[in-house]
Amino acid sequence: MRPPSPSIPEKEFLFSSLKESLRLDGRTMLEMRTPSLTFGSDLGWVECALGKTKVLAQVEAKMVKPQPERPFEGTISIHSEISPMASSDYEPGRPSEDEVTITRMLDKVIRRSDAVDKESLCILAGQRVWHIRLTLHFLTDAGNLLDCACLAGIVALKHFRRPEVEVIGDDVIVHLPSERAPMPLAIHHTPFCFTFAFFPDASTPPVLDPSHLEQRLSAGVVSISLNAQKEICVLQKLGGVPLGADDILRLVDVSVTKAKEMHSFVEASLMEDWNGRNIEVR
Amino acid sequence: MASRIEILNEGGFRSDGRRQFELRTIEIDLAQQGQADGSAVIAHGLTHVLVSVFGPREARMRSHTMHDRANINVEISLAAFSTGDRRKRSRGDKRILEFASTIKSTFEPVIQTTLYPRSQIDIFVQVVQQDGGLLQACINGTTLALITAGIAMLDFVCAISGGVHSTSPLLDLTNLEENDVPNMTVAVMPKTQKVSLLTMDTRLHVERFEEIFRLAVEAGSTILVEMKAAVLGRSSRLIESVDSSTQPHGLGVENDNS
Repeated sequence: MRPPSPSIPEKEFLFSSLKESLRLDGRTMLEMRTPSLTFGSDLGWVECALGKTKVLAQVEAKMVKPQPERPFEGTISIHSEISPMASSDYEPGRPSEDEVTITRMLDKVIRRSDAVDKESLCILAGQRVWHIRLTLHFLTDAGNLLDCACLAGIVALKHFRRPEVEVIGDDVIVHLPSERAPMPLAIHHTPFCFTFAFFPDASTPPVLDPSHLEQRLSAGVVSISLNAQKEICVLQKLGGVPLGADDILRLVDVSVTKAKEMHSFVEASLMEDWNGRNIEVR
Repeated sequence: MASRIEILNEGGFRSDGRRQFELRTIEIDLAQQGQADGSAVIAHGLTHVLVSVFGPREARMRSHTMHDRANINVEISLAAFSTGDRRKRSRGDKRILEFASTIKSTFEPVIQTTLYPRSQIDIFVQVVQQDGGLLQACINGTTLALITAGIAMLDFVCAISGGVHSTSPLLDLTNLEENDVPNMTVAVMPKTQKVSLLTMDTRLHVERFEEIFRLAVEAGSTILVEMKAAVLGRSSRLIESVDSSTQPHGLGVENDNS
């Protein structure tokens, strides 16, 4: 059973406050909730929170036989199913439209944008490659699940270390983490996703990182995924209220600066976590 | 692999002999298809799409009726033979589901759904041939089919794809170009010049993006000319046949196949 849509007073209050550039949680229109990253003891285990929205990402690697048409490339798969645990909006079984959008977008941002170098995952051409499996658990949905999931996913991939392998002839030797320091994945770039919500009234300015209520009442969202090098990886505005070309370009500009901030934030938190780990090299 | 095909050669021609900003031929057929209330066959070069619109009619399921507006239902099927490699996609394919929801949300704000409360508008898209620009063909076809069905809309929706080959922008990409260059699809509502849909899945620098994006918005008006001509042509043929049938007998009652 889906929860009822927001009540009329709730809706009107939100719209009228947004018109005065006020948001219910006290943020400015183009302000994100500060993300927080919690790393687990395992490498590649990251819990990312945007306010009350929480996503847990976990990466694991295993050796598989490569696809016959791509013998030199490893594979990456993303597993994400939004369970009703995140929010009562989601039902198990047949995926809802939001869910399809989130999964597709994750696939585009993390996999299809070639963030992870697939050729470096090759161990023995045609025989053995790494299969990287990224699992996302959506813990709570307080709006903007997509940005949170993208951030969690990409940080988890950056945080992950795979065991070092050695190839002698046709034999593959996997070294335990205690023997040799595990290797990070070769990552080309780190895309971040930013979602803007629009409201039915054209005079209301767009908001970045919409909260649950804002998202429910929005008349369309634009998701922009880009990296700190100012490259847009995915830009998606699937219908919703029509916007002027200049409005869209303005959003792109905003996300460019946000991506840079996010990049330095992620690098700093990864560095902090890394420095806190005791690594013994024998 | 055989020698690489040049996307844009030194003479400024593309692999199919077009110039950078040249669009493929657009063929539109608005003839009646079976029982559909409105239908359109649109071809952008080799991409062929058939769209049928049914409704507004009573919804099949009570749960789909909304008391204040019409429900829009979009279903897409890709013919197994539409691509080079023959394969059947299941109905639950994520890509197709996304495609359908894209079309639905593109048309939801354009169709005046509040005029048709408690009813459903079904849009069935059948992809017959694919050669790049699939989304653009689906959107343009849906616009035309909705118009022929006589459903009230705020404006046309004109979609066009664009891409960038190193530094030169290209419009209306074929499959070959789509696989090779960063590309995007833009849908414009020509009256207000507003963008109702914009998707880009490939990496592209912000500065390049702006150029091609503006170009694509402009190209929307070219598509509009073609679409308008088709709609007006159909209407005038309808009027002609109505006029000729109401005139006294024996006066030029030709069976125009319109």
